[in-house]
Amino acid sequence: MSAADLTMLQRPNDRLRRRRFVNRGMQLLCWLAAALAVFLLGVVLLSVARRGAAALNLDLFTKSYVGPFVSAGVKQGLADAFVGTLIVVGLATLMALPFGVLIAIYVNEYAPRAIRNVVNLTLDVLAGVPAIVIGIFVFGLLVVAHGQSAYAGGFALAVLMLPFVARATIEVLALVPDSLREAALGVGAPRWRAILGVVLPQTIGGVLTGATLAVARVAGETAPLLLTNSLAQSGMHTDPSQPLRTIPVAIFGLSEQADEASHALAWAAAFVLIVFILFASLGARWLATRSRRKIAQAGR
Amino acid sequence: MTSLDVSTDATRRPFPGRRARLGDLLLQGAAGIAAFGALVLVGLIIWKVVQGSRLAISTFGLSFVWDVGWDPVHNTFGAGSLLFGTVITSIGALLLATPIALGIALFLSELAPPWIRGPVTALVETLAAIPSVVIGLWGLLVLAPLLRDHVNPVLHSGLGFIPLFGAPGTYSSNVFAAIIVLTIMILPIIASISRELFLAVPSELKEGALGLGTTRWEMIRGVVFPYSRGGVVAAIILGFGRAIGEAIAVALVIGAVIGVHWNLFSPGYTLASILANTYQGASSGLELSALIYCALILLVFSIVVNLLAQVIVRRSVRRLGGQAL
Repeated sequence: MSAADLTMLQRPNDRLRRRRFVNRGMQLLCWLAAALAVFLLGVVLLSVARRGAAALNLDLFTKSYVGPFVSAGVKQGLADAFVGTLIVVGLATLMALPFGVLIAIYVNEYAPRAIRNVVNLTLDVLAGVPAIVIGIFVFGLLVVAHGQSAYAGGFALAVLMLPFVARATIEVLALVPDSLREAALGVGAPRWRAILGVVLPQTIGGVLTGATLAVARVAGETAPLLLTNSLAQSGMHTDPSQPLRTIPVAIFGLSEQADEASHALAWAAAFVLIVFILFASLGARWLATRSRRKIAQAGR
Repeated sequence: MTSLDVSTDATRRPFPGRRARLGDLLLQGAAGIAAFGALVLVGLIIWKVVQGSRLAISTFGLSFVWDVGWDPVHNTFGAGSLLFGTVITSIGALLLATPIALGIALFLSELAPPWIRGPVTALVETLAAIPSVVIGLWGLLVLAPLLRDHVNPVLHSGLGFIPLFGAPGTYSSNVFAAIIVLTIMILPIIASISRELFLAVPSELKEGALGLGTTRWEMIRGVVFPYSRGGVVAAIILGFGRAIGEAIAVALVIGAVIGVHWNLFSPGYTLASILANTYQGASSGLELSALIYCALILLVFSIVVNLLAQVIVRRSVRRLGGQAL
């Protein structure tokens, strides 16, 4: 074989080798990207867990917040902030859940196609409004006239929750097979009874999933609360017409303090918040798979 | 919807549908009002923000948007430097997050062995669930000092000829820290939307390409990317929208200093973070109105970004004949 023949044979091999090399390189980069994401999550979670667990004690849940630079003997926690978060998020859920479910019923069961698109687009726009702008909106709507309160904070969080709850419910309503609706209408049930008595009960799992995810999301929201529910009195309060201390706002304030004790308290609160959110998300995932299976069975 | 008129004489009760009609009226009415309420809510948000910023709009006009200088003492306000900070942090975060997010999405949809996909997908979604205030706390107390001591000097000595990587200051709170924090926050958003788009690419097309002898990467470039391009652009735009609106995490790490500096290692400010930082009260009515004007800019940004993303998704869905997302 002559030398020219050899180069003829080699050329395609070189190209193939280069193509394989690029292929390997790019795949490696994708692996690295995924590893980086897992690494970042691990680093954030571990540093919160390490510092948070170190600062965790019973006082966190039983004593109220006193202030920065307290003398060493004074024991303080964030019991008032935990109660406040519970109240504010609870109020938000009470407002957003029925409203969101009704929107979903309208979109999925009643609305003509054109209106359905308009409402869906509105929900998308609402979901895209930055949380801090929601805070400014509620500030202008309620706080300027009536002052800060847990009601105002709850309303701000409800505005954030609404598109989540509505979209989740729309999705799960769409999963309910038409045969169920037809069966209900076929035995003479009026439409409202078909919806409330037959269709909606099938979706309870899905609605709860959406609500849990929405709660997990807004429980850590700080921005809407800063302008509506941040100037809390010290001590334990439960009156929603007053501003109440909440966990996210407390973390925000504590992290900007200069003393170590404040930082320790912030880490502990962040740790508890993250654990709550992770459990809520996991619970929602579990609920979701369960309810999907149930709906699929009901259709048969 | 299914509306079947199946009432026959046998199923008809003495007074058919009186109560039924009332119930239908009530439920449809309540649901319709709720849906209309969502529209009203968006309208109310726009109206309240415009109303609150009216004083600043009439005082400074449209030039507020690009005027630099925010001076509560002399009561002159301009959002130029804030807008600059918002744009530079968001674009920086997008530039860092997009390639990584696409890599993650490709890994999860094309490359990873099945047993890895579930857990890593869950982990990426977990990253999205961490509240911004916790990311901010971590950014302020852990990440920013780390960047200041170990990363910023290295970047400056290596890339110092680019004005962006100027002399690293002694402050740990700076624009670069904000960019990294925002990157971490928008990474899971772009990654999880792109992953779904990549999974929606028909496997016949992928197998066809592989059958012609392409490598996996050539298949991705030739089939997966073109097929999902519109959706990926929309995902990036949504990530951008999230980045410009993030107030808390940025407020904690950016250093809160007004001014236009190209050096990423100097402190800065953004539209959203100034709103978060001055929550305890503005010194004058005009300052408050100027702050709400900043919120108006953000609101307009976010609405435009969302509508744009919707338009792109719809167009690409139509191009693909009906089903992409």
